[in-house]
Amino acid sequence: MGNRAPLPLMLMILAAVFAFLYLPISVLFALSFNEGGMPTAWSGFSVKWYYSLFANKDITHAALNTLIVAVISTILAAILGTLLAIGVDIRRRKGRFLETIIFAPMIIPDIVLAIALLSFFSLLDVTMGLHTIIVSHVVFNLAFVCSVVRARLKGFDWSIVEASTDLGAPILVTLRRVVIPVLMPAVVAGSLLAFTLSVDEFIIAFFTAGAGRASITLPMQIFSMIRFGVTPEINALSAIVMTLSVVMLALAQRINRGRLPGQ
Amino acid sequence: MADRKPLYLMTPALVWLSLFMVIPCLLILALAFFRRGIYGGIEYDFTFENIALVFDPLYAGIFIKSAIIAGQAALIASVVGYAAAYAIAAMPKSRQPLLLFLAILPFWSNYLVRTYAWIVLLNREGLIVSVARALGYNQELPSLLYTETAVIVGLVYNYLPFVILACYAPLARMNAEITEASRDLGAGGWTTFRRITLPMTVPGIATGFVFVFVLSIGNFVTPALLGGGQFQMIGNLVYAQFLTANDWPFGAALSMALIAIMMGLLTLQTFATERASGGRVRDADG
Repeated sequence: MGNRAPLPLMLMILAAVFAFLYLPISVLFALSFNEGGMPTAWSGFSVKWYYSLFANKDITHAALNTLIVAVISTILAAILGTLLAIGVDIRRRKGRFLETIIFAPMIIPDIVLAIALLSFFSLLDVTMGLHTIIVSHVVFNLAFVCSVVRARLKGFDWSIVEASTDLGAPILVTLRRVVIPVLMPAVVAGSLLAFTLSVDEFIIAFFTAGAGRASITLPMQIFSMIRFGVTPEINALSAIVMTLSVVMLALAQRINRGRLPGQ
Repeated sequence: MADRKPLYLMTPALVWLSLFMVIPCLLILALAFFRRGIYGGIEYDFTFENIALVFDPLYAGIFIKSAIIAGQAALIASVVGYAAAYAIAAMPKSRQPLLLFLAILPFWSNYLVRTYAWIVLLNREGLIVSVARALGYNQELPSLLYTETAVIVGLVYNYLPFVILACYAPLARMNAEITEASRDLGAGGWTTFRRITLPMTVPGIATGFVFVFVLSIGNFVTPALLGGGQFQMIGNLVYAQFLTANDWPFGAALSMALIAIMMGLLTLQTFATERASGGRVRDADG
């Protein structure tokens, strides 16, 4: 931008916005190491809340469930989303209907998709549990992987693929030897993002988990804990969950930065 | 390549989306026109009652209330987010990617945790109250948590990164020569901003505003946690129909209304974007 905007003002705006974005999170982090557990008085550094977290069976159970859901739904979404992205890119002719369907999972309000899936599963008399959460998470995860992969495919020269097929390689070989290597960074980055989304997703999991505590996920556990008030354990759990997301995002950013070969 | 190939690549995903998104959503649409059974089930005779009930003053009031809260959140987030995006775009080019990354980072951390952070700050024994006390403010403070303001703050906090992202894209794309030309022709900084920069970046603001509004109006986590059940928003109402009141057809009708509002706004936003780019073409011609 060529606007010679007054620099001090711009710096002040940035400082204020970043303070607003980061102060609340930082307070949580700091409090999770507060020995006394009181939100208002600092009584010394301690990691005891993290220990008590790992001793809490409810939380470890929920964490395990979350891991199962996130890993399986991410793998499925990575496969489906990548194939979809390739298909859409090859097709060239842009269909409005197709675009809408692919884009929809990202913009439909969570609550609407959640109740729609709940109604769908219960009308079909499907017993709900981790498997229904997985199936539901794949919906938005695949849309996500698809959009990341499509972004990378922009500017990809399909004539390389044509060259490969013209030279007699079957389509699957071409996919494996030519297309996949180019796409891998985007697929991995998209999968990391999808994994993060799945770990953090609360509303859809909440509605499709079915009754009882058997298939409770970490966000569901956090939600029910928060409703009982502020505890040092939630602070510690929050710090862990947040760190995980940040690491995933940073990793995804790093992996997907490389340019396409041949450009 | 042959035309058949894209289709079989797309099929698995499209089948998945049809089965677990399109059909369930159509099902909800259909449910909205059925009657609620006496014991909470669904009776399959056609009725407009649920749709009519959405317009009942009681529920229409909740819609309006939700829209006002979502509107306030979207407005504040748009102004702050635009200012932040503008400031980022004014920084040296080499710094911008990192600043943008830092602005979006919180958006990727857990939504519940981000909302919970505000409970920690705002509650009766929370940080803000104790800082006020430490500064010598001893009067009884009005409750900060479980208020409308708390809900709006929570929504702005959670969705601000997206607005920054949406506004940054058009700001960064802006051609330096255009604003320089405006200056060379004698326009001041403010005039250049108002007449050139702002109109050209309207699509970004519109995207950010609509996004925050849509996500806020259907939100049920933030009102539940920061509003403390003091008041209901549509999201909470939908939630209650499905999990406590057991009136699925009415819950379905409510979410259809939610979708209708969303689609209306997205159409408006597309319109705003097209108008903005149309304006640019005209200017270039003139």
